[in-house]
Amino acid sequence: MAAPPLPEGLVAVVKRDCETCRTVAPVLAELAEVTSLTIYSQDDPAFPEGLEVTDDRDLSVSWHHDIETVPTLIRVGANGEEARTVGWSLQQWRALAGIDQLAENLSLPEQRPGCGSMSVDPDLVDTLRARHSGSLLRSRHLDLAEAEDEFEYMHRMGWSDGLPLVPPTAERVLAMLEGTSRPPDEVVAIVPPDLVQATVEKIAISAVMAGCLPEHLPWVITAVEAVCNDEFNMHGLLATTMPVGPVIVCSGPGTSRIGMNPGVNALGQGNRASLSIGRALQLLVRNLGGGRPGGVDRATHGNPGKLSFCFSEHPGPFGSLASSRSDIDESTDAITVFAGEGPRCIVDQLSRTPESLAGTLAENLRSMHHHKLALAFDAILVLGPEHVRVFTEGGWDRTRIVAELEARLQLPYAEIVRGAGGIAEGIPDGLGLESLPKFSPGGLMLAHAGGGAGLFSMLIAGWVNGDSGSRPVTRAVQY
Amino acid sequence: MASKVLLDPTAESTPAERQRITRPESLDGLTVGLLDISKPRGNVFLDRIAEHLERRGATVRRYRKPTFAKPAPVDLRHEIADQCHVVIEALAD
Repeated sequence: MAAPPLPEGLVAVVKRDCETCRTVAPVLAELAEVTSLTIYSQDDPAFPEGLEVTDDRDLSVSWHHDIETVPTLIRVGANGEEARTVGWSLQQWRALAGIDQLAENLSLPEQRPGCGSMSVDPDLVDTLRARHSGSLLRSRHLDLAEAEDEFEYMHRMGWSDGLPLVPPTAERVLAMLEGTSRPPDEVVAIVPPDLVQATVEKIAISAVMAGCLPEHLPWVITAVEAVCNDEFNMHGLLATTMPVGPVIVCSGPGTSRIGMNPGVNALGQGNRASLSIGRALQLLVRNLGGGRPGGVDRATHGNPGKLSFCFSEHPGPFGSLASSRSDIDESTDAITVFAGEGPRCIVDQLSRTPESLAGTLAENLRSMHHHKLALAFDAILVLGPEHVRVFTEGGWDRTRIVAELEARLQLPYAEIVRGAGGIAEGIPDGLGLESLPKFSPGGLMLAHAGGGAGLFSMLIAGWVNGDSGSRPVTRAVQY
Repeated sequence: MASKVLLDPTAESTPAERQRITRPESLDGLTVGLLDISKPRGNVFLDRIAEHLERRGATVRRYRKPTFAKPAPVDLRHEIADQCHVVIEALAD
């Protein structure tokens, strides 16, 4: 709906339920005598008594003209609003009205703060936004019967990942859109497998259903951009029989602002921001992209992380995963998306030297997917703070840790060739090699998360890497 | 007007209407809804249909649209879907 224009002259917005408005009622009467004054009343068109009042009980004028306080006095010229003052200030009202003697014969205080406008009442604001800005939304409206249970309806429509969803009403979607400066109709990405345009609005609908708050939306939008491209290959990730899904690793000061938890139980349950951001991405792929289990999603087992797998990193001591993979520095909010399966724990409670701990980690990394397979899969190793401490006390930084692990992960060809050890799986025969590295360059990535107690790290194994599979993608969060 | 409106999260490439269930083999023991669309004498036709159906062992429930000029309200459609296995919509003029 277009903003209703304000009439030329002076405009006052008031409500009876405001003591300051009642205080200034005689001033309004005086102004109405000597100038062109239009009064809008938010709660009672009979207030102020004896004056001509325009009914704004639907708050459309207040909403469209950003009235935050009543009384608000506005001077409107031929080209629209020229000046406004909020609350009561004798000096400011005189200046705005251009009447030096205004209220001269009234015994009023010099000034008095106003009251909150009804158009910014937290209980009303979502409804008002839907009423006055609802036309911004382009998505199809689906009417439900009075007696119909909307939660069961959403399950029946196939929108759910198996858990209840928050009903995406216009009120909620418009409130969600407040979380980004991007317009609702901006196309962010083309979502596989059906190659459908993901507008900011459609992403906001998914974010509502997933349980996001508006401040989570920029992270969801960035994650959508990061997975929907040839490099990450979301289509392949869906279609594979392997149990992988998009893993979102978040870093930067914004992670704590939105309440993410890099500490105790960092990869687990209980954190709204992490779980709802990861879930919103998956719901978008499911509902907009059309990627559903049994359809294009052909996973043999899947993993619980395909509901949502998103976590944040501790800052320092050797930089974030995002900063290690790009020129994005640690003060910038960023995400890295990785085609990964569920995490598994690596225990080493006795190593107190980096060499010993690196040995443990390398042995475990070697067994990833199959101890005789090399080069095909990437991994994120999520070091727990106590393991990080062993490395930092030993003077190893990120580069050194990766290099030392890679050195321990040169797999002797004779051990990994097909048939070796009585196991058919392995690397093809006859390549004439001495050894093969477990990981391709850059394929072993480090992240830093977890609670302060526990000498553990977590291995997130990847899917087919490189051009034939998926490459991790790092992006700065776009607000 | 329906009290609840949701925004469609999908690509909107399929009709929003839900699909019909498959036709039953027989009407034995089923509840059949008869929807009068409010055209004149539709009730005469439906009275006869009801007699036949009841003779064949079906339970009949009667419904009526407020006006033939508009689609059945979503609440009425939900009520029928909730209470009946089958619905017959009749037009007479």
